[in-house]
Amino acid sequence: MNPSSMFVKLASTAFWLTPVAFYFLFPGHLLLGSQILVMALFALSLDLLLGYAGVISLGHAAFFGIGAYTAGLLAVHGWGEPISGLLAAALVAALAGLPVSFMVLRGGNLARLLITIAIATLLFEASNQATSITGGADGLQGMETWKLLGLFSFDMSGSTGYWYCFTTLLMCFLFLQRLAASPFGLSLRSIRENEHRAAAVGVPVRQRQIIAFVVSGAIAGLAGALLAQTTHFVGLEVLSLHRSSDGLLVLVLGGVGQLYGALVGASAFMLTQDALASLNPVYWEFWLGLLLVLVALFARNGILGAIDLSGRLAKRGRR
Amino acid sequence: MVQFLGVLFDGLAYGSLLFLISVGLSVTLGLMNFANLAHGAFAMLGGYLSVTFMGALGVPYLATLPLAFLGAALVGGLMERLLYRRLYTESHLRQVLFTIGLVFMSMAATTYIWGSGAQAVRLPQFLQGQVQVGGIQLGIFRLFMMATIVVIAVLLGILAKYTRFGAHIRAAVENRAAAIGMGIDVERVLCITFAFGSGLAGLGGALGIQVIGLDPSFPIKYLVYFLLVVVVGGAGTFKGPLIAAAVVGVVDTAGKYYAPAAGSFTMYALMIVLLLAFPAGFYGRRS
Repeated sequence: MNPSSMFVKLASTAFWLTPVAFYFLFPGHLLLGSQILVMALFALSLDLLLGYAGVISLGHAAFFGIGAYTAGLLAVHGWGEPISGLLAAALVAALAGLPVSFMVLRGGNLARLLITIAIATLLFEASNQATSITGGADGLQGMETWKLLGLFSFDMSGSTGYWYCFTTLLMCFLFLQRLAASPFGLSLRSIRENEHRAAAVGVPVRQRQIIAFVVSGAIAGLAGALLAQTTHFVGLEVLSLHRSSDGLLVLVLGGVGQLYGALVGASAFMLTQDALASLNPVYWEFWLGLLLVLVALFARNGILGAIDLSGRLAKRGRR
Repeated sequence: MVQFLGVLFDGLAYGSLLFLISVGLSVTLGLMNFANLAHGAFAMLGGYLSVTFMGALGVPYLATLPLAFLGAALVGGLMERLLYRRLYTESHLRQVLFTIGLVFMSMAATTYIWGSGAQAVRLPQFLQGQVQVGGIQLGIFRLFMMATIVVIAVLLGILAKYTRFGAHIRAAVENRAAAIGMGIDVERVLCITFAFGSGLAGLGGALGIQVIGLDPSFPIKYLVYFLLVVVVGGAGTFKGPLIAAAVVGVVDTAGKYYAPAAGSFTMYALMIVLLLAFPAGFYGRRS
């Protein structure tokens, strides 16, 4: 093993030990911890779509929400088994993603933005109106999540929920890492770089984008289901424009197209949100907006890009 | 039938308002392919300026309309110079983040200054009430609003078609590089059209207080409508948004009138159909 790949191994192990350390250092903040992990998973699903396949979406909350409501409705109607609920959520989100992908991929970037916003808004309106099924603006209440594997109950301390989210995130991350390094991942990147050239060298562009869209939707559905199962509640917010734009913000904040960016961005974003919202929750929206503007103007490659740049500068300095 | 004509009238009034607010967005989008999701914030600014001039300074409603135009145009021009132009060459992703950020900031700032409630205006006596034309009740204010917008639309058409500046805009939309090569100061064209478009949006926001309401959620509530009018109509054109706005206005009003339980469904369903049928807009070119 050469030194640089050794370094990468060490760095990624150290990175994945941070959530473990968080558990022992801040046992009183496990709910926040779980929310960070959920946000990270959601941003990760967007990274596959945006960072690898190059498809922009401002309505990814649609799949997050579908996942959340699927898991939530199952639990309300007597099937609170968490893992099968999670898988059902991913499946439903993927099934919804398939027809949507055809609509979204047809147009240019602007039409894509509009279609994705429209579909998410449509679902938002639908769940707002269907109060008898979704609880409408009051949210879906009375969820009962059974013990995980029949052993660990989702109690108030939130430790089961935390490890549940952590494991799901880690598994999805490893899956996406494999996917990104596979010929399939390479073909996605070639599409992102130049659709026409990719088509010219024989990449089935549309088919690859559809697969990326469906997988991304399924993972977003997983994230939504995790939120529903660990908080025992599904609010309309899971389908909101805020949720979609938060996902994009997290991704750009951390760094697009490198998987770790989603995780770093989610931590930075959620911790900032937690700190600012406790100052004055009403005007959190203003700071969120400012953060978006600043990130759009100045964050070249996100936090990871900044770390990478400073690392290279330091190396150059040593020479 | 009479009832249908009434709905048609209200729909066209609503559509004309959508046109007035969206036309500036169409030009920016056509010129720079810039997705300005914050366009509605300028309309909201115009509306609140009008309310403030009326409430705090006692200016009559009609006199606040030009002030709403000027205020929104001034802020729009400044924002273009200081911020927007930095993002023209950036990816759509950055443009979306930037403009969504502006939307959130404008909503929070508006709540901070004016509170979260809906605003209302006092119309002058002669604009209140309705007139009966062939058995249909027509709101006088709506008639006034449509007449104003028709005049503005005709002036815009003349401006675009017969003036030198209009020719510059059309040239820059058609081919920006060639326009620069011909010695057209495209940066100046951009700044002026952005300011002018923001001003028209502000005027639309002020005119629309009675018709589509005004509260801090305005830029998000109507975001999809403005974008839809522009994208379906075809960015950078003038005729496209006009027709699209009329279609959207009538369908949305009819949907809310005949199928109130469906809410905005009719509208969104129409939107998906239109976007699938006209991916490049009624009059747009494929980009």
